[in-house]
Amino acid sequence: MLRYIVSRIITGLFMLLALSVLVFIMLRLTPGDPIDAYINPTIPISEEDLAALRERLGLDQPLPVQYFAWLAAALSGDFGYSIQRGGVPVLPLVLSRVGPTVLLMFTAMLIAIVAGIFAGIVSAIRKNRAADVGLSILSFLGVSSPAFLTGLLGLYAFSVVLRWFPSGGMLTPGQPYSTLDVLYHLIVPATLLSIAQGALIMRYMRSSLLEVLSQDYVRTARAKGVREFWVIVKHAVRNALLPVITLIGSTIGGAIGGAIFIESVFNWPGMGLLMITAVTSRDYSVIMCATLLIGASVILINLLTDIAYAAVDPRIRNA
Amino acid sequence: MSTVSVAASQTPRSSAGPYRRAARRFFSNIPAVAGLLVTCTIILLSLTYPWWWQFSPNDIDLRAINQGPSATHWMGSDGVGRDVLARTMQGGRTSLLVAVVSMFISMFIGFIFGAVAGFSGRLVDGIAMRIVDLAMTLPPVIFLLVLASIAGTGILPTILVISLLSWPVLARMVRARFLELRERDFVVAARGMGAGLPHLLLRHGIPNCIDILVVYATLQIAAGILLEAGLSFLGLGIAPPEASWGNMLNAARSTRVLEAYPWQWMFPGVVLVISVLAINFIGDGLRDAFDPRSDLN
Repeated sequence: MLRYIVSRIITGLFMLLALSVLVFIMLRLTPGDPIDAYINPTIPISEEDLAALRERLGLDQPLPVQYFAWLAAALSGDFGYSIQRGGVPVLPLVLSRVGPTVLLMFTAMLIAIVAGIFAGIVSAIRKNRAADVGLSILSFLGVSSPAFLTGLLGLYAFSVVLRWFPSGGMLTPGQPYSTLDVLYHLIVPATLLSIAQGALIMRYMRSSLLEVLSQDYVRTARAKGVREFWVIVKHAVRNALLPVITLIGSTIGGAIGGAIFIESVFNWPGMGLLMITAVTSRDYSVIMCATLLIGASVILINLLTDIAYAAVDPRIRNA
Repeated sequence: MSTVSVAASQTPRSSAGPYRRAARRFFSNIPAVAGLLVTCTIILLSLTYPWWWQFSPNDIDLRAINQGPSATHWMGSDGVGRDVLARTMQGGRTSLLVAVVSMFISMFIGFIFGAVAGFSGRLVDGIAMRIVDLAMTLPPVIFLLVLASIAGTGILPTILVISLLSWPVLARMVRARFLELRERDFVVAARGMGAGLPHLLLRHGIPNCIDILVVYATLQIAAGILLEAGLSFLGLGIAPPEASWGNMLNAARSTRVLEAYPWQWMFPGVVLVISVLAINFIGDGLRDAFDPRSDLN
């Protein structure tokens, strides 16, 4: 088990390193010379001064040297400055947006997992009955509707037509901070964000449970006279959950994508909104720092899922 | 009576080939056929709309601004009096064009990448698969945003961004199939007779991957439509005045359009979801049709 964990951690570190190379290359592929962003275009500058500036900033060095200098700075927390926001350091800016995004995504995942697994169980038990057909159609719709459209429809339904919930933001302006206020703003975007993931979890749970229900040990349990409720809960669902756990880990990436759209529709002050404003204003240092941070967290989550999976299923760690 | 049946069983009619059987399975799958019909209808309508619809997508009519659905403008009109139905049809052309072209590009990259990884030695294979892992680690939308910020807006950059994002999944599936193929006797024999890589890929690779490729192509068109819409929704894909489903939805980011003129974004949204749903049904139907085990169930 320990060997497995260590090897997974090493792979994760390599992925992170490769990701940073990729991010750096993309940073250099961006149109324009980095020096253009640094100097003030209204002040004339001579060629010699420009060359001296390049030398001082290390831009005359070969790319690999520049990469390691950038990496060293990034590791010590220096990701440069935001051009768009007048020289605010990037890292604190990005980190200040992590909280709201994590809150939104965590709530959405909780809803998706609970609702998805429950709906999957109902759908599998009532196979080909009305409840199953209805839930399957809903899940197909959920998987096929993009987050920005469900976001718009939800916003229209709950904030415009019904006027039950606020139309965006995280707090009511001009009011003191209260958890209830945050929850009030959170519930609609989180529910809408959970739709795609919940639908996927439901479909996996349904097919996984159907497969388990046809296994011999389930028949044995029934033959022993175990009540149907306990057959489902203790014998079938536990085993059916295994593939669903991996699925949950691997849908994190998609959920982050959905969160970006939901944040944009609901003006939720998270990473997604920051990223979109950075992209539209070509604020590259912010884009790169956010990308690296998101990539690193996805790698970390995948690592944790792998370890969790190995802990539950001994066949994995010996393979 | 009995002699007839014995004679019939001794000379069995040649059974249908694998493609025929796949086609039969596909056409007996009701959701898949329904999806096919809906998709064909949408393609047909969006290709032919200039002949049966009086408005064109960029005709500005300042006397008919923000009108609701009516007998003249079936889906209403937008903020400068352009007809929403015409724009939705034109948007369908744009979305389908972007999705289909990017599907072909990413299929080409994914197939070559997967095939070379599957047929080469362990070193090349290992490196190639680590690249695929890396490309799949980053959340697609994040990658999309970064690429879009480099490539800019417009039809060509959007196609490029979507193609560059979509190939790794296919590469992985093709590789797995090729790893299996290269141990098969007919491939070993072809190699022994001195067949080169092009011959192996075209003669043996493509026919034996056709199920993967067809299913991928279908599902990728749906994914491409969604990616294009997402990018355009954020203002990073197709730039106005060119119509696309995504940038028509983008209009709803203004609170006024969202609240007061829902027809301007709901119609393209509904058409978008119906198309994606229909294409996904086709894709799922194809996957079941190509799966030889599905007859057993």
